Amino acid sequence: MKQTTSLIHKLVRAASVALLWLTAAAPANAAGPSRIVSVGGALTEIVYALDSAERLVGVDSTSLAPAEAKALPQVGYMRTLSAEGVLSLRPDLLLASAHAGPPAVLEKLRAAGVRIETLAEDYSAAGITAKIGTIAALLDKPEQGRALAGQVQADFDRLAQWRAQQDEQPKVLFLMAVAHGAPLASGHGTAADAMLTLAGATNAVGELQGNKPIGTEAMVAAAPDVILLTDVAANAIGGLEAFYRQPGIAQTPAGRQRKVFVVDTLALLGFGLHSGQAVLELAKRLHDEPAVAADAGAGR
Amino acid sequence: MTMHAAMAAAGPRLWLKPALSRAGLCWLLALLLAVAALAALGSGAVAISAGQAAAIVADRFGIALPWPFGADQQAVLLAIRAPRLVLGLLVGGALAASGAAMQGLFRNPLADPALIGVSSGAALAAVAVIVLRDSLFGAVAGAFGAYLLPVAAITGGFGVSWLVYRLADSGDRLDVASLLLSGIAINALAGSATGLLVYLADDDQLRSLTFWSLGSLNGAGWDGVAIGAPFLLANLLLLPWLADALNALLLGEAEAGHLGFPVERIKTGVVALVALGVGAAVALSGVIGFVGLVVPHLLRLALGPDHRWLLPASALLGALLLIGSDYLARSLAAPAEIPIGIVTGLLGSPFFLWLLFRQKLMGH
Repeated sequence: MKQTTSLIHKLVRAASVALLWLTAAAPANAAGPSRIVSVGGALTEIVYALDSAERLVGVDSTSLAPAEAKALPQVGYMRTLSAEGVLSLRPDLLLASAHAGPPAVLEKLRAAGVRIETLAEDYSAAGITAKIGTIAALLDKPEQGRALAGQVQADFDRLAQWRAQQDEQPKVLFLMAVAHGAPLASGHGTAADAMLTLAGATNAVGELQGNKPIGTEAMVAAAPDVILLTDVAANAIGGLEAFYRQPGIAQTPAGRQRKVFVVDTLALLGFGLHSGQAVLELAKRLHDEPAVAADAGAGR
Repeated sequence: MTMHAAMAAAGPRLWLKPALSRAGLCWLLALLLAVAALAALGSGAVAISAGQAAAIVADRFGIALPWPFGADQQAVLLAIRAPRLVLGLLVGGALAASGAAMQGLFRNPLADPALIGVSSGAALAAVAVIVLRDSLFGAVAGAFGAYLLPVAAITGGFGVSWLVYRLADSGDRLDVASLLLSGIAINALAGSATGLLVYLADDDQLRSLTFWSLGSLNGAGWDGVAIGAPFLLANLLLLPWLADALNALLLGEAEAGHLGFPVERIKTGVVALVALGVGAAVALSGVIGFVGLVVPHLLRLALGPDHRWLLPASALLGALLLIGSDYLARSLAAPAEIPIGIVTGLLGSPFFLWLLFRQKLMGH
């Protein structure tokens, strides 16, 4: 009796080992890395778009799209990674945005034998297609990569075409935050500035470098035709109406004509797969169609 | 009457009824610290059993233990967890011992190592390196590489505390009240200069700066430990040596002088040792608040004001608090990580408040 049970145990164990071996071997059929940690929202989105989500074992907190990505193990904010935390996911590839860090942690991961591919952050269509190309090559999906890059390029081409037909460049002020005293305006060298250029607009505070707090008077002096608020900033201040009541806003052309728009920061500033479409939509709103202008004028 | 008897008689009996002798409490802290250190070594995001941890460490000394381990586990333990633990022990110990020494020097339980400007100076230098790296430190940055930031932070910490010290030193005498005032002024100045740099920082730099305000042992490696250990060890080993002198200072500077202590040299020594230890701690782990202020305060309630017990016990409890907090910081949200300053504050302050209120209820 004892003999039989131990034999059964042995058989069960052998079977489960075989099963484990089979399941473990399955992902190895697909070429390229099979345990990827992706650090950077745009990168995660590209992995999903290349139908390789099953290879992701972890993402950072900026990976908010698609919604399924949020269910994956979180390695935290891209700039404050933890070496052991990432290693615990046993990745064979770390897809890292150029912003990922801290450098000492990346150095440790590299020393521990993790392959790290750093993807440049460049606020342009070429930057996005370059990311797609690199990731598609790593995942061994060059065909799908080319198709995806083609779609992104087509969006941006449409945007460029539309932009060429416009002869006016509205002056736009982009505010990252409005709480805590002076609002934080996006100047030269920011993702918002690149997005405004793509949308055929002029940055009203283009002479500033980076995101800088701006005084009420300076905001009036900048005389923006349109003010863009991030969704986070709009919520923080208590909605658009509350923003119109802020000191100085009524003295700007944008405030007078009630042209303050709340924008989806993620789609516009993430410079990912959908940025081309998102910027085109925004561009049309900025160069107001007659119907919109009449509507806005009524609120004066 | 010996000095210590005089002090015990003169000092108010603020401390709680001892359930343990002072030596007993120190042994208990040392034991807890040893257990916590082993637990910290044996737990984390990557699974390594206690046996495996022991086997990996023993393997370094050429001893084979019967627990098989993988190369990746060995790498995690030796290259990530062990330096982090060592740094946590040294930083926690030095911060708390420095706090005890500062409270003794200023004869004020609210004194904090940051008072002599060492934290704000180190933070200023670190922020300057992060923000101005390319424009100002181009050539230097190349020469120092990854060491630039800790080296600059240590230098900045010393520089600013030296300035605070010089301002308070009238040539023949260091006036403790002037030291406090010049510390406040220079801290404010360093804070403003840091603010100016933060204002100039771009978004990327701004996010790198968060490390300095909340502190973290993340990214600590043996190279960092090697830079900081001489300073931190000097602080931890030499401060207890000044315990008798600090006890005498509690009676007053003139009294300490009459008892035969070289008062001016002692004051300078305390400031220098605190600057060494805290400067190195801030350089390697950012500004970790709370430990330096509260650990010695807490122990004074349990042990009384005798620095011969207070300094080593503070070092033990500071190290214990820091590695415990670090364990929580890296495991609560694993595989992500919480800044350690948040954990030390969340752990320590409610306990501290409870202690204060208990004391109040007991009629003190």
